[in-house]
Amino acid sequence: MLKDITLGQFFPGDTLAHRLDPRTKLIATVLYIVAIFLAKGPVAYGLLILTLIVSVRISKVRARVLFRGLKPVLFIIAFTAVLNLFYTPGTVIAQFWIFHITREGVITAVAMMLRISLLIMGTFLLTYTTSPIRLTDGLESLLGPLKKLGVPVHELAMMMSIALRFIPTLIEETDKIMSAQRSRGADFESGNLLQRAKALIPLLVPLFVSAFRRADELATAMECRCYHGGEGRTKLHVLRYEARDYLVLAFYAALCAAMVAVKRFF
Amino acid sequence: MNEIIRIENLTHTYGEGTPFRRSAVEDMSLDIYRGEFLGLIGHTGSGKSTLIQHFNGLLKPTAGRVLLDGQDIWAEPKKIRAVRFRVGLVFQYPEYQLFEETVYRDIAFGPTNMGLSGEELDRRVHDAARFAGLDEGLLQKSPFALSGGQKRRVAIAGVIAMEPEVLVLDEPSAGLDPRGREELLSNIRAYHAERGNTVVLVSHSMDEIAQNADRIVVLSDGHVLMSGAPREVFARADELVAAGLDVPQVTRVAMALRAKGLPIDPAVYTVAELKAALLALRRGGAVC
Repeated sequence: MLKDITLGQFFPGDTLAHRLDPRTKLIATVLYIVAIFLAKGPVAYGLLILTLIVSVRISKVRARVLFRGLKPVLFIIAFTAVLNLFYTPGTVIAQFWIFHITREGVITAVAMMLRISLLIMGTFLLTYTTSPIRLTDGLESLLGPLKKLGVPVHELAMMMSIALRFIPTLIEETDKIMSAQRSRGADFESGNLLQRAKALIPLLVPLFVSAFRRADELATAMECRCYHGGEGRTKLHVLRYEARDYLVLAFYAALCAAMVAVKRFF
Repeated sequence: MNEIIRIENLTHTYGEGTPFRRSAVEDMSLDIYRGEFLGLIGHTGSGKSTLIQHFNGLLKPTAGRVLLDGQDIWAEPKKIRAVRFRVGLVFQYPEYQLFEETVYRDIAFGPTNMGLSGEELDRRVHDAARFAGLDEGLLQKSPFALSGGQKRRVAIAGVIAMEPEVLVLDEPSAGLDPRGREELLSNIRAYHAERGNTVVLVSHSMDEIAQNADRIVVLSDGHVLMSGAPREVFARADELVAAGLDVPQVTRVAMALRAKGLPIDPAVYTVAELKAALLALRRGGAVC
C-alpha cells in the first residue's frame, strides 16, 4: 500500500534519454515548459504532443506508467476544465439554467487540460529517466553561479539527495511500525477523521524519533569521514556535455521558437 | 496435546503480478501446541518473519489457511483485531515502537485497545512489567529516557499485557549483551512456567533455542525442514549444517569427537550431557 507511492520514481534504462547529461534534461524540461506556455492553436499543441510522444518513445518509458502519474492531479485538471468551460465569455453554443457554454470556453478548457497534462507528463519523464543522484548533480552544477551570491548550493543539493535517499528507508520503517502497532490492536482504518488522526500518534512519534536518530547517525558518520562542503571537492561522475546534448538543446530551443512563429503566422 | 495454531498448506507470495514475484513461504503445514515453548529457527530469508506475521493476521495467506483454536482467522476479516489480542507478536527491535509519555501508558496501549480500563488494566500493566523484569519505579518515567535493554523490556511488556494465549517473540535478544540476553530469556522462561501459555521463540542462535525450547521447528527456503524435540533435531546435526544453519556449540564438540572415533551419542546438546557422556566413556576404559 505505502510502497505504491511514486515520488519522482526512477526507471533504470540505457536509452538516449537516460544517457543524456542531467543538465541537458533539466534545461530541456524548462524549455518544454516555456514552449507549453507559449503554445497557441492546434498546430502548436500538435507539435508539443508529437515532441512528447517522440521523447517517450526514445526513453522506452511505458505510456501506462506516464498516465499513472496524472492520477493525483486528475481532480485539478477536471476542476480547471469545468471552470474554463463555464466562465469564458464568447459565442454561446449551449445553455441551461444559469450556465452558458461558449465556443471559446470549450477551446480554453481543452487547451488547459492539454497544458496541465503535458506539463506533468513532461516533468515526470525527467524523473523517470534520471536517477535522483544525477538529478541533484545536474541541479548543483546548473545553480553553481549562485554560489557567488552566497547561496549554499552544494549543501542544498546534498540535503536534497539525502532526503531522496531516505524516502524508501522511511517508508519501510513506517510499514514496520504500523505492523508493530497493529499487533497491539491499533486501528488505522476505521473511525471518523478525528479518531483517525489520533490513531496516527502511535505511528508518527516513533517515526519522528527514528528519523532524528538516523539523521544524527548519518551526521556522525559523515563527520567521521571528514566530510565538508563543496569547496575543492571532486566528483565521482564528472558532468560533460556531448554532441547529443547540444543537439537535444538545439531541438528544444527550436521548439520554443516554433511556438512563437506559429503564434505569429497561423 | 491439542494444537492452538494450525497452519495448513500456507503459501505467501510477495509482489504477485510483478517481475519481483517471490514466494517467502510455500505450501507449509505446521502445528503449534497449547502450552508448549516452541523454538523457530532458520537462516535469513527462510520465511520466519513472513510465517509469524500470519499467526496474528498481519499478513493474509496467498493460499492455505491459518487456524486459531480450530477457527480460520480470516473467516471474518472484520474481526481480525480480536485475533491480534489472542496471538501477541513482538517484532524484532521492538524498542522502536514506543511512543507514549510514560512507560505505564505505553504498556497499557494494547490492553486499552482491547477496551480494558480501571483495576483490570492496572493489574495487567503491573503484571506485565514484572514478567518483563521492569522495576516499578520505571513505570512513571518516559520510555525515551531508558536504556536500550529497558526499552525492549517495555515493548515486550506491552504485548504481554494483552495476556495473549500465544506469545511470539522475533529475535528478542538481538543486539543485547550476553548478560542482558540471559536475563531476558530467563524472564521469558519464568513467564512461560508461571502462565503456562504458549511461547514461540524465533531465533537464529541454536544455543538460545536449545536452552529454552521444548520443541524445535527448522525452516529452510520457505519449507519446514525438520521439527521435533531438541534431541531429535540436533541428532541430525549434519543436515542442519548442510542447510547452512548453526548447531549448538556442545553439539559441535560432540560431532568433532565422533569424527575422531569416540562413540558419543549425537543427540547431546548441553554441557552437562556431554560431561556425563565423556565420563561414562572414561569409566568404560576408552582413551580420552
